[in-house]
Amino acid sequence: MKLGFTEAEEAFRVEAATWLTAALTGPFADVRGVTSLVEMPERRREWEKYLAASRWSCIGWPAQYGGRDATLAQQVIFAEEYARAGGPPRLNHLGIELIGPTILAYGTDEQKARFLPAIANGDHIWCQGYSEPGAGSDLGGVRTKAWREGGDWVIEGQKVWTSLAQFCDWIFVIARTDPESVGSKGLSFLLVPMDQDGVTVRNIVQMTGESEFNETFFDAARTDAANILGEPGQGWGVAMALLGFERGVSTLGQQMGFRNELDDLIEAARANGSAGDPVIRQKIAQAEIGLRLMRYGALRMLTASADGGSNPAAFTYKIQWANWRQSLGELAMEVLGQAGEISDAHGEYAFSRLPHLFLYSRADTIYGGTNEIQRNIIAERALGLPREARTRAK
Amino acid sequence: MRFAFTDEQAMIAETANDLFVGEATSERTRAAMADAGCDRALWDSLSATGFVGVHMPGDVGGSELGMVELAIIAEAAGRQVAAVPLIATQAALSALQADGRADLIERVLGGQVATLALAGGLAPHGTIADLFLIEQDGGLVVADRDAVEVGAGVTMDQTRPLAQVKLTGAPIATLSAKALDVAKHTGWIAVAADALGGAQACLDRTVEYVKERQQFGQAIGGFQAIKHRLADMMVEIEQARSAVYWAACAVDEGAEDAELALHSAKAFAADAYATCAGAMIQLHGGIGFTWEHDAHLFFKRAQADRTLFGSSAQHREAIAQIIGLGAIAA
Repeated sequence: MKLGFTEAEEAFRVEAATWLTAALTGPFADVRGVTSLVEMPERRREWEKYLAASRWSCIGWPAQYGGRDATLAQQVIFAEEYARAGGPPRLNHLGIELIGPTILAYGTDEQKARFLPAIANGDHIWCQGYSEPGAGSDLGGVRTKAWREGGDWVIEGQKVWTSLAQFCDWIFVIARTDPESVGSKGLSFLLVPMDQDGVTVRNIVQMTGESEFNETFFDAARTDAANILGEPGQGWGVAMALLGFERGVSTLGQQMGFRNELDDLIEAARANGSAGDPVIRQKIAQAEIGLRLMRYGALRMLTASADGGSNPAAFTYKIQWANWRQSLGELAMEVLGQAGEISDAHGEYAFSRLPHLFLYSRADTIYGGTNEIQRNIIAERALGLPREARTRAK
Repeated sequence: MRFAFTDEQAMIAETANDLFVGEATSERTRAAMADAGCDRALWDSLSATGFVGVHMPGDVGGSELGMVELAIIAEAAGRQVAAVPLIATQAALSALQADGRADLIERVLGGQVATLALAGGLAPHGTIADLFLIEQDGGLVVADRDAVEVGAGVTMDQTRPLAQVKLTGAPIATLSAKALDVAKHTGWIAVAADALGGAQACLDRTVEYVKERQQFGQAIGGFQAIKHRLADMMVEIEQARSAVYWAACAVDEGAEDAELALHSAKAFAADAYATCAGAMIQLHGGIGFTWEHDAHLFFKRAQADRTLFGSSAQHREAIAQIIGLGAIAA
């Protein structure tokens, strides 16, 4: 058991940090420190192409598809240095972290050659078409349909909560391709281009006042018959495997964002004197502990997955960080007091980082599987408790 | 970076678990509780297997391993609420090692019980200890039994009776401030690991129970109200596990964040244990509140872990200072 890195790994850290700092204080100084997912999308797309040009876009991928075959330790180091240098959130997070690894695992050689380099080099930005208005955490309730027509799949239906769809080139869609099927059977996993008449994206305004996610409508939208991942009717397995990729190295980058939020909170507490309050100090210390434990939990998960196994921490990570961040939002408002409830954005309904966190973090315990669903997963899959009786109306 | 047990560490964990499961049975622990709170036969086994001096150098009879291995053993002991003076003895050994007191280390590795009383704190297993390390003037004084006055009442956790100790005669040694520091560090890791093991046992035993226990025609483990509480226990425990082994590794590697890791582990793991032990009683219903059931052993040990070598609030306050919150307002 070892936490420290080797000399060679530390040399890699210097290489990565040097490159990132030069880029983010030079040509891309304007995107440094951006934290919002919807801010400066065009510049962030350019940034991702710039990363790719020096093969820093998805270093864990095989070199033949634009990666570096980076070791786990190198990926950990890069994620940390990226965040330390103030790198903005990756516009193509879903492409790099989710659909890319899924295509690597389930794609044909043609699909890999076609899609992976385009993700790696920043040409294709991807979003996710899982959720539907009538099917939240219950993916088996998917009603979007698709059928074969000549050399195409034709898609009809509606998805919701499609994050960043307004900026995306491609969407991966779970659709029912067997009209007689129910539940998890008869679903297929389709890769669909966004830029066509059959696809309409409509912004949803969130309680923060921003629009990060959307409703996406498919009205006889088309994709080539070859753009199916896995066999027709076997989409559920692919969809579930994809969710397994969600807990990867990106968690470490995510934590650096959390680090910045906690640092802001500490700074605010020092500035207004509440840092001297023993109760506030206890809560801030607890937040500090929680953040550190996320890092070491992530390292346990990553070590296990590098060994081809899994670690129990992987089951608990989502609840852990979602609860941590929601508590941090509440603590931020306790530190800021009433002053935190006034927007300083000159008449706009827009809040600075900490009050924004307070509002935004209500979503953390909902998306990606609500806390309630996560608890069921832990209880049934990790602890082996009996399944809850589930019935579905026919 | 490889944050998982090595094959050797996994083997130590298995050996330690087998030993404690086999020997630290409920019957033997309860017999020790009714006596002086120490299962002497188990203590002798631990000494004989080298578990007590796992972190001591080879030339004095130790196993030359580190804090990770010590945590593994303390976790296994905690899982069974073993009635042995392992934690304080190991903390004392670290202090003696820091000041090069091979003579005293050999006494302890030969089977004697050492205890540690930090300022304002009580000495665990003080009534049966042979060697006393007492915080004084920023360091430690070491005394034999005949040089201390030991006052003991009935302790809530009978597997770890506490005693008030007072130096009344001449000490046999005084130890440095550094020795005091390492005693604390080892003590915090050992308590945190004990808490981790205990919390995991609370979860495991409760999971077994709710799979068996029937109500309304089904196992109660199928009800969401039960499942969600158990899931929350697991969320706490997995964080406690990260905390304990982060701290142990950080000390072994001399990492910059070792101090922060130690306070985090002690505060977080002890609190997680208390949460899990409370939930264990609740989810067992009435039987969990009886003397006959072992749930109260865990509940009481969890409380003892919370206060031994500093409270959770004290450890969090130490973190507040490390992360730059300055001093508490006057």
